[in-house]
Amino acid sequence: MSFVIETCIKIAVLLGALMTAAAYLVLVERWIAAWVQDRLGPNRVGIPLTNIRILGLGQPIADGLKLIFKEEFVPGHVDRVLYNLAPILTFVAAVAVYAVVPLGQADLGIAGWAPVDLTIVPKFDAALIFLFAANGAAVYGVIIAGWGSNNKYSLFGAMRGAAQLIAYEIPLSLALVALACYAGTLRIDDIVTQQAQSGVWNIILHPLAFVVFFIAATAEAGRLPFDLPETEQELVGGFHTEYSGMRLMTFLVSEFLHMITAAVLIVLLFLGGWHLWFITGAEPVAGVGLALLRIVVFVIKVLAVVFFFMLMRWSWPRFRFDQLMALAWKPLISWGMVQVTILVIWYAWWEPRVTAHGWPSMPILGLVNWSGFVLTWVFTSAIARPHYNNRPRQDLVRLAQGLPYDSSDLNRENAEVCNT
Amino acid sequence: MKRDSSEIRWVDESPLTMSERSYLPLFLDGLTTTFRHLLSRKITVQFPEERHQFPDPVIYRGVHRLNRDEQGRVKCVACFLCATACPAHCIDIVAAPSPWPDQEKYPVVFNIDMLRCIFCGMCEEACPVDAIELTSLYDLSGKSRDEMIFDKAKLLSVYDQTKDQEPPGWLRAKQELEEMLGLVESEGNREPSQESPSE
Repeated sequence: MSFVIETCIKIAVLLGALMTAAAYLVLVERWIAAWVQDRLGPNRVGIPLTNIRILGLGQPIADGLKLIFKEEFVPGHVDRVLYNLAPILTFVAAVAVYAVVPLGQADLGIAGWAPVDLTIVPKFDAALIFLFAANGAAVYGVIIAGWGSNNKYSLFGAMRGAAQLIAYEIPLSLALVALACYAGTLRIDDIVTQQAQSGVWNIILHPLAFVVFFIAATAEAGRLPFDLPETEQELVGGFHTEYSGMRLMTFLVSEFLHMITAAVLIVLLFLGGWHLWFITGAEPVAGVGLALLRIVVFVIKVLAVVFFFMLMRWSWPRFRFDQLMALAWKPLISWGMVQVTILVIWYAWWEPRVTAHGWPSMPILGLVNWSGFVLTWVFTSAIARPHYNNRPRQDLVRLAQGLPYDSSDLNRENAEVCNT
Repeated sequence: MKRDSSEIRWVDESPLTMSERSYLPLFLDGLTTTFRHLLSRKITVQFPEERHQFPDPVIYRGVHRLNRDEQGRVKCVACFLCATACPAHCIDIVAAPSPWPDQEKYPVVFNIDMLRCIFCGMCEEACPVDAIELTSLYDLSGKSRDEMIFDKAKLLSVYDQTKDQEPPGWLRAKQELEEMLGLVESEGNREPSQESPSE
């Protein structure tokens, strides 16, 4: 019984923290957007009926109230069941991931009590697989929203979203496979503890896996260089074009949760989770004070990654859809393969000969990984196409004129351009 | 124009260099630009508390005013040139014989519909006596349509409000003329007067 109560308390605290975080991250996002554009951003909304502005911290509450009290218009042409189901599915998929986020263990110091595990589902052996499942379920919300809206822009957005999420799932998995291969476990808390105890975060040891994971996680979250499912300039609003009021808010909050999820995963798997050198210690069980300190360290790390996500939005232009697909299927999957190959060879051949996770095994692995990273990057750059043919495709022009198709036209044209 | 016309000059992009293909310099370039702007000075004007500063308020086209002459009378001679020039037809004048001996007509009613006005400044250009001018006041608002029709009294009060920071055109012309003739010693004509004895 106490187990149920404990879990309920954890869920309540985490859900409350996540909702508040999502609301305030919207404000942070708007601030950063403004600062990058040399503006000041929202700084007016404070305590109502007074002149106290407190830096605009009342803005999320005002935004939330506005969306709650807005009319929830349901267009007549939608599929009611799917239309109502989609926001719920999206939200559930976005929140479910947090069930396995480990924040260490706290010893409350009460006699007879075991240390409390600061995870909703503690000691979950298949946590990484659960992460995949929950993350992959997000695509259902997107595609059901697009289909149920019965609107071509929504459907376009949903199709793009589905294609993108499925494409980037593969490099994401490859990076995780590499990581699980190295750690020898699928439990996230063990991966974090390993990083804490060795003091070497996975980003230092596996740069290639980090780069692949970071890009893929950004794409999974639909952040700006990869926000093809909801390009305002092309698709009105993408899959949530037909939504308004609370349902729209559910989608927007889920999107922010996806971003936080991506940041949380990056921090847990590559940036050492709650661990910080000389400050947090390395043993998983900690006293109440140290446990709180670890949570603070963890949150600061997550916020730093989120901050980088928000800067990314204003740094690089959105990819074209073919570029997006090419990025996933060509370099990222290859890089993930390279990383997995390195670690598989490591495990099968090298590790039985020396002791793993220590001297001199770890520096050598780091060296191999870094040289693999640099070589892969240089090789990818070297074989990248230096020339793009922007002229109309001659074969299609012929086809449009009613002439029979001849693929040699295309080849001749390309050869012409590339030789000049 | 046909695609194979000889008049078309196809411009192809130059091939990407190795550093461009590695994407790393471009990646850093984007990030540095973002950071530079993130830390740069913000240009937002916090409007109700602080107001936008014009480099030259005289050339701004804001709310109109009706100028007064030296004796405080309305300068307008009710010639209808501004109403004729107005492309939005927002100026409404009713003329009457002037009560003063040195002026033939004067406006009894002078209404400008600020909701129709497009702030083009044509009335200011057309006025032969520099009576109507556009000021640098830009926060124009009202609670009803009637309130937004500015009558003569309102337009004259705008003049009273703005005459100090934006002297009327006829006054500026007079000052310029006096400076040119050397009647007034001012900062502007001191330098040429120093040059003239040496010539």
